[in-house]
Amino acid sequence: MTRYMLKRTIGAVIVMWAVATLVFFMLRIVPGDPIAAMLFDVGDPAAAEEIKEKLGLDKPMYVQYAKWFLLVLQGDLGNSIYGSNIQVNRLIAEAAPRTLSLATLSFIVATMIAIPAGLIAATRKNSNLDHGVTFFAFLGLSMPDFWLAILLIIVFAANLHWLPAIGYVPLSEGFWPWFSHLILPSIAVGTAFSAIVARMIRSAMLEVMKSDFMQVARSKGLRENTLIMIHAFPNALIPVVTVMGIAFALLMSGAVVVENVFSIKGLGRMLIQGILNRDYPVVQGTILIISAIFVFTNLLVDMVYTLIDPRIRYDK
Amino acid sequence: MTEQTLAAIETETPPSLRRPGFMSVVKSDKKALVGLIVLAIFLATAILAPLISPYDPNDMDFEMMEAPSMVHPLGTDDLGRDLLSRIIHGTQISLFVGISTVAISLFFGVALGVAAGYYGGWLDNIIMRYIDLQWAFPNFIIAVYLVAVFGSGLLNVIIAISLAFLDDFARIARGMVLVIKEEQYVAAARTVGTSDFCIMWRHIAPNAVAPIIVQATVSISYAILGEASLSFLGLGVEVDTPTWGLILAEGRSFISRAWWLGVFPGVAIMLTVLSINFLGDGLRDYLDVRETGDPGAS
Repeated sequence: MTRYMLKRTIGAVIVMWAVATLVFFMLRIVPGDPIAAMLFDVGDPAAAEEIKEKLGLDKPMYVQYAKWFLLVLQGDLGNSIYGSNIQVNRLIAEAAPRTLSLATLSFIVATMIAIPAGLIAATRKNSNLDHGVTFFAFLGLSMPDFWLAILLIIVFAANLHWLPAIGYVPLSEGFWPWFSHLILPSIAVGTAFSAIVARMIRSAMLEVMKSDFMQVARSKGLRENTLIMIHAFPNALIPVVTVMGIAFALLMSGAVVVENVFSIKGLGRMLIQGILNRDYPVVQGTILIISAIFVFTNLLVDMVYTLIDPRIRYDK
Repeated sequence: MTEQTLAAIETETPPSLRRPGFMSVVKSDKKALVGLIVLAIFLATAILAPLISPYDPNDMDFEMMEAPSMVHPLGTDDLGRDLLSRIIHGTQISLFVGISTVAISLFFGVALGVAAGYYGGWLDNIIMRYIDLQWAFPNFIIAVYLVAVFGSGLLNVIIAISLAFLDDFARIARGMVLVIKEEQYVAAARTVGTSDFCIMWRHIAPNAVAPIIVQATVSISYAILGEASLSFLGLGVEVDTPTWGLILAEGRSFISRAWWLGVFPGVAIMLTVLSINFLGDGLRDYLDVRETGDPGAS
């Protein structure tokens, strides 16, 4: 087990190195030189040359890469070239808690909807409830998250005035201000996620309920609730956990768009602003951090997978 | 095998062993039928857009932010442009991007996957490491990054989304080829001296088609959502092209006064994607492909 986890962790680190390398070279080797295009926005060619020299962009590519990679290893992602020249690290340190708050709350909201919905649909197969859950799951998968965000703002912020329409308040300023600012974005981000998980739980439950051990448990005269919650559900969770990593990608992608609707200055908004401002150190740093979160979440999912299913032994 | 022999085999096959036609399955599956009808309406709208659109989508008028009426059935935007005409023209872009991106990623992804699975060895290693690398990014983030690198615009959006979906097709095709290449008919084809390309193209690819078709429908819906998201973020096609995402982005600031700007373009996106998802689900049942989560979901 320990050997497997060590192997997977080393694998994840190698993937991160490859991601960093790809992110670095893509901005520099594509035709048209996007970095030059970004620097031309400065207006004055002499100033652009000065910035190029300052950033080391006049050096050979391998020197730039080696220098950049050593700095990344030390946790230095460079400085923003737009506006205040602030360190990308600092920007990420401010933005990441917002995105992680949003992703975590979306995950909780989505799971709270998906688990009962999936269980109800599976235990009442082909009933109106099942059809209702299936239809809403399709609807959730088909609705663009940014549009759902707009609809939520129209209803709950602009008309009912129940919740704030935009912004973010840190948890340190109180639970309710933090929570109230994240409710609508979490629903917008979590809806598609909950649709996928509900459908997975339904099909996994239906599969498990057909298995031999369920027949044995039923023939022992166990109550229906015990059958479902103690015997079927934990086993149905195993295939669901495997798609959690994929579904988490959906949360991260959703956060990128939805943060822009609710003006939450998280990693998503930082990335899009970086692209629109042509601020390549910010774009590079944000992409790196988002993919690190994604890669290590998948690693975590793999580890959880081995914990919830004692039958899985990777050492053999 | 001659056409007559094939026809004879076809007539000799007992009816119970034949797969029912897709249309008969669609007729019995209400979801798939609704999906097919709605999608057909959107496709017809896209093709006939210049003929059925009541106004030019970019024509400005003094009737700004007018509520839906007989003159403007879905209202007008802040520049007095007819919302219905803009949405009708937006159908062209959405479906074009959805179908073309999936066609490109399917072609190159399947080619990579089939080559990797068939030849194995160093080629498989290189292709799989590339696919693993792409797996390290959520698809939409890849598309955003590629647009950042290439710049915005219709062609770049199509390239970005196509590249983002490439790994899904390659992974599925490779998995299918690894199973199919061990079949006796492939060994037989190799024995009679059939070329590798011919074996891959004529014997392996057609037998790996079912899960790829299902993946293609899933991917079309995500490509449409991806394009809408990119346009909404200002990273999509040119600003004078009416796309559903862009119409929503432009109307966003006025939704407290003009709800129709925030509602109708979203309904168009949702209905299109929903119809494709319904149809995809019907196809999945018809082709008997087991659901293992949505790889294109990211």
